[in-house]
Amino acid sequence: MTDQTASTPPVTSSTNGSLGMVARRSEAVLLPFAALLVGFAVFSVFLLLQGKSPIEFFSLTYRAGFGTAFSWQNTLSRTAPLLFAALCVALPARLGLVVIGGEGAIVLGGVAAGAMGILFAGNAGLIAIPMMVASAMLVGGLWIGSVGALRYYRGVNETIASLLMAYIAIALMNHLVEGPLRDPASLNKPSTAPLADSLRVGDIPGWEVHWGLAFGMLCCVLAWVLIDKTTWGFAARIAGGNMRAAQVQGLPVGRLIVGFTALGGALAGLAGYFEVAAVHGAANASLATGYGYTGILIAFLARHNPLAIIPVAILLAGFEASSGLIQRRMDLPDATTLVLQGFVFISILMSDTLYGRFKVFAPERWRSA
Amino acid sequence: MEDLGLWVIPLAILGGAIRVSTPFLFVSLGEVLTERSGRINLGLEGTLVFGAMSAYAIAYLTGSPWLGVLAAAAGGAFFGLIHGLICSLPRVNDIAVGIAMMILGMGLAFYFGKPYVQPVAPDLPSISFGWWSDIPQVKAALRVNVLFLIGAVLAFAMWWMFRATKVGLIIRVVGDSTDAARAMGLRPTLIRTLATAAGGAFAGVGGAYLSLFYPGSWNEGISSGQGLMAVALVIFARWNPIACFGAALLFGGAGALGPTLQSVGFSEGYYLFFAAPYVLTLGVLIATSSPTRAMTGAPGELSITK
Repeated sequence: MTDQTASTPPVTSSTNGSLGMVARRSEAVLLPFAALLVGFAVFSVFLLLQGKSPIEFFSLTYRAGFGTAFSWQNTLSRTAPLLFAALCVALPARLGLVVIGGEGAIVLGGVAAGAMGILFAGNAGLIAIPMMVASAMLVGGLWIGSVGALRYYRGVNETIASLLMAYIAIALMNHLVEGPLRDPASLNKPSTAPLADSLRVGDIPGWEVHWGLAFGMLCCVLAWVLIDKTTWGFAARIAGGNMRAAQVQGLPVGRLIVGFTALGGALAGLAGYFEVAAVHGAANASLATGYGYTGILIAFLARHNPLAIIPVAILLAGFEASSGLIQRRMDLPDATTLVLQGFVFISILMSDTLYGRFKVFAPERWRSA
Repeated sequence: MEDLGLWVIPLAILGGAIRVSTPFLFVSLGEVLTERSGRINLGLEGTLVFGAMSAYAIAYLTGSPWLGVLAAAAGGAFFGLIHGLICSLPRVNDIAVGIAMMILGMGLAFYFGKPYVQPVAPDLPSISFGWWSDIPQVKAALRVNVLFLIGAVLAFAMWWMFRATKVGLIIRVVGDSTDAARAMGLRPTLIRTLATAAGGAFAGVGGAYLSLFYPGSWNEGISSGQGLMAVALVIFARWNPIACFGAALLFGGAGALGPTLQSVGFSEGYYLFFAAPYVLTLGVLIATSSPTRAMTGAPGELSITK
């Protein structure tokens, strides 16, 4: 991969004065926002061609995703795994890697957490909960970290490898949940044994949204600090800009790649933990619902900026939360959300070609004389 | 009927290899064509699924499976064309566009395919090469679909095209060096876009095979990554169409492993055998990639190997 200008913004110099900074920053906000609107517009034309009303679609989305306190709860509960899944894409993207197999780490992290919950069922939560969290993060980290290791030490394309490993992870989960880890009492939907109440993750007081949301947002902030404020993040951005130059400079490129991919995987594993401990109460096939894939789109929409991931994830969670109502009211298939995501994704990638084309955003133009 | 014992397994894997390999073959031939021109299309998984849906729908509506194949090829060419045009824009990441096209292709296929999950569409014809045998398993294994034969012929034709024809040479020059191609007066962007569109058409036909012959029905889990594996297989086959044919047979055999063992009564580790093709693909990728050397046979302009 040579063309990194699209996915990793250059290290900015702050010598152009504050207005120039504002101009440059607003390009990074306005262009993706415009691309999002273009994606919506294309999707609206698509709906019109089917004889469906885009106005009804978007107003239903607003009502079911953001209109009431209840819909906000629904949206925010779905936001938590999306935050982690998007970080699993955004962190490796700093090094110029396109890792798209976060789904695998979510699924296996969930299974690991479920298994630990059974293994330590007799112990107090003080031991069992850290074991569940640690095992989910460890398994997720090893899974995606090995994608990074394969990339660096063997030159294996990380995009293909991570997606293949997601398929393998889902097969492994099915094997474990229907075989060795299956609770004989789960008849219709094979699951691990249900977690004890003391091991479940509760809601944020007064919110009726589980703690995963708060931890997800915290991780986004920490990831931003890591990338923007530490030497590791700086080194990763250098390596993402030009891998060979970074190596010549003596940066530990291999450790950076393995470290960032493993960290992304560990966070995706954490998403699996929260899905099991806060939502499903046991590990089962519900873990593989495509959060990992929606996370890819979120990361690209946020231009791999961890702070921007938070609002974008909430927006896309709202679309997912409202899809049930839209299916019933407008008689649309469930794949409608996928079509919308496809249009938005393509639009956002096409907008990469526009950076630097508009003079308004050039810092030089705003430099005080 | 005589008891074949465990001979059933290799026989079924051989039959499975022939039956399962065809979509791998078409997708990988399409990807070879695209990558030889210097562009990667990771979205062929979406094209494969969309091809499967459109072939099934058209075959059901018209009663002709061949019209279905044609529709799948046209749909695939359209997806390839869109991918090619988007990637022609400066500074657009072709790998990411492939992922987006994969999501869009699957989304559109599931969206329009919903009404066709129940109806039954006519199958593509197949030819029995097992007439000499009395054993039903042998007969079943050697019932070869016409598309498999067409794919095999295409593999050799494409090999010859790259080796000995002007068109093949033009594609190779464009794939190896944009500058050299420009110096020769060629139009690299146009040629790449056309090669990507043609590659998409191949992948669409692969999808038609899935829905119109084996497994021979349309549902949302019909491909589950076969298009992606076929893209990985191209690296293994070193961008050589004939090697793609061999690799497709190998992958088909691996894909047949799960259902075969299940049919003879192995239920233990059933899901693990279903993971066999993915594990094999990953293993093959690891074995054939290299961190230091440029890969032999790789087109010079290909972003995946740089």
